[in-house]
Amino acid sequence: MDIKIVNTVEALLFGAGRPLRLSEIRGLLESDGLVTELSDIKKCINELEQRFNSSSLEITEVASGFRLQIKQTYSAPITHLWNERTPRISKALMETISIISYKQPVTRGDIEDIRGVSVSTQSIRSLLERNWIKVTGFKDAPGRPALYSTTKEFLDDLNLKSISELPELPEVDEGPNDQVLSEVI
Amino acid sequence: MQNTTQTQLEFPMVMGQPYETLPEDLFIPPNALELCLETFSGPMDLLLYLIKKENINILELDVSNITDQYIEYIDLMDALQFELAAEYLVMAATLAEIKSRMMLPRDKHDEEEEDPKSALIKRLQEYQRYKSASEKMALMPRVDRDFYTATAALPEIKIEKKEISITKEELASIFNEIKSRPDLKLSHQIDFEELSTQERIQIILDILSRRNVISFSKTLRKSEGRHGVVVTFLASLELAKDGHVELIQNKTEEMFLKSLRGA
Repeated sequence: MDIKIVNTVEALLFGAGRPLRLSEIRGLLESDGLVTELSDIKKCINELEQRFNSSSLEITEVASGFRLQIKQTYSAPITHLWNERTPRISKALMETISIISYKQPVTRGDIEDIRGVSVSTQSIRSLLERNWIKVTGFKDAPGRPALYSTTKEFLDDLNLKSISELPELPEVDEGPNDQVLSEVI
Repeated sequence: MQNTTQTQLEFPMVMGQPYETLPEDLFIPPNALELCLETFSGPMDLLLYLIKKENINILELDVSNITDQYIEYIDLMDALQFELAAEYLVMAATLAEIKSRMMLPRDKHDEEEEDPKSALIKRLQEYQRYKSASEKMALMPRVDRDFYTATAALPEIKIEKKEISITKEELASIFNEIKSRPDLKLSHQIDFEELSTQERIQIILDILSRRNVISFSKTLRKSEGRHGVVVTFLASLELAKDGHVELIQNKTEEMFLKSLRGA
């Protein structure tokens, strides 16, 4: 590949600050007078991946496109650097987001039914503010409750390309555990 | 030591004790009880925890035991003035209902209804699926915690926009007011009147031709300011040097010019 195109793709990924789609990269190259095919850009990315092999950087494909990130092996020092900036996610919030991601679209009531506890407005808001969930509609039920689904940003933040990459939802335990459950109660 | 082996080692001791204190593997310091509710995400979580504990020692288990444990737990939290979510009490009531039903002889009519016990089991099973899924999800690499993006992008700058509310009349009157203001910023040149020492000498000589003595201040023109004082002073010195005048000054008094020519 033309070194200029490869370098421009590298520059774009580095300067974007968000994932870029192949078509987006093509458009940006075109406005710079570089006419390419999508397959060429994919080749550029492969070439860059090889270039980054011996570095601390890598290119990953997530839901919103391709992005440059620091290899996880080199992330520990940065964790110390940004220590205060990463808010913890509570167990309750984690349960809520996992119910939304596996059962989407869901209403707050659906989440409450599974968790057996009321879901605070605060926790829904905090997921909305994180851009991890969005309102994708309203259920045709009394009160027309909002239906929540996960966003691409949520997948991006977990380094995923699609929701299907989430680990499979465990089946209902029919093993010995179940017997215990029925014996216990 | 690994967590699992620890639990196994400590387990007999825990089982040997009645559940009057908080379970040991939670290890909650008495003054940090607020952490307790965070440990459990809800009544289902607490119930699962109790069941899981019993799971290890299945032979000692029965329904009333788990109910008693749960209610003791709730009582304990209540005694420690822990503000309990209402859902915990609902669960306690559900458990108590199941327990009491088991004690009563079964009625045919009851069997047609949904058994609250199996309903609870279903709910617990369903909850457990999502609970374990959420635990897995919590361990998945997450941006800004386990990995970071590499970027040279400009930082986002948040600009707060303030709403401006104004009527068109207000706008017009403000504009008119501004237009009628004197232009305070217009630049202008300050011209100093050229004052010549020669001219001043002539003026002083003219004055002295009419009167013999004159105070220095009388030879000044106020409008000329500092510049005039300097010029007049220089003229006086010039006249004194050439022997036209005598400069007299007594202590704090001001300076007088005395004509020598007329003398």
